[in-house]
Amino acid sequence: MSLRRGPPGRLKVTVLLFASYRELVGVESLAVSLPQSTTVGTLLAELRRRGGGWARLPTAPAVAVNRSYSRDTTELADGDEVALIPPVAGG
Amino acid sequence: MPWWEVTTDPIDPAVLQRRVAMPGNGAVSLFLGTVRNVNEGRGVRAVEYEAYGEMASEELGRIVAEAAALAGTDRVAAVHRVGRLGVGEASVAIAVSSPHRADAFAGARHVIEEIKRRLPIWKREHYVDGRSEWLSGTEPTTAAARAPEAPL
Repeated sequence: MSLRRGPPGRLKVTVLLFASYRELVGVESLAVSLPQSTTVGTLLAELRRRGGGWARLPTAPAVAVNRSYSRDTTELADGDEVALIPPVAGG
Repeated sequence: MPWWEVTTDPIDPAVLQRRVAMPGNGAVSLFLGTVRNVNEGRGVRAVEYEAYGEMASEELGRIVAEAAALAGTDRVAAVHRVGRLGVGEASVAIAVSSPHRADAFAGARHVIEEIKRRLPIWKREHYVDGRSEWLSGTEPTTAAARAPEAPL
């Protein structure tokens, strides 16, 4: 990862969207600057407030942080990769 | 050794069988998932699989390791294909070998069930009428979702 560090007291994460979520929002990847100690749940609420397709995302989508499923209460760290995971359909 | 892969290449089941083969293992369970020509009454012409590549590979590795522990063998191999597949092509293949059949079946069963439950892969069906849609899919059931709340 070659993420630049955010300003002091802030953290920068990369949000990834896939499949139906990507098409709904029209964005594949987004850099977001957040206050320290932001949780996954707070980030989701912040994204939904952006309106448009973001507001039409489910309230509590599955989320992976750094390629592992996480929960709403997980605290984010600078440089984290946060993926919104639509219902899966492998197999 | 356990082996797994998420790839755009066509799947050759014989390769998986060879990967798990071992002289002392009399049972090889080989499962293939293939693209059907119909889903919920609609004719399907092709299916496009999209993956969160790095995570799908890591998660498939975790699933394969679980199956190896469950079946008591490290002879577990699994591959999931992504990209556009035609009817009849294999989207997933799993092979498990073991001295006896019960463990081989159980290991392969675990891999396919967990793939369907949690592998970050999505499927867009292209129908014979020219339309296409993302399948609604399954809300992933994850270790994080099952575990009790605990601070990290």
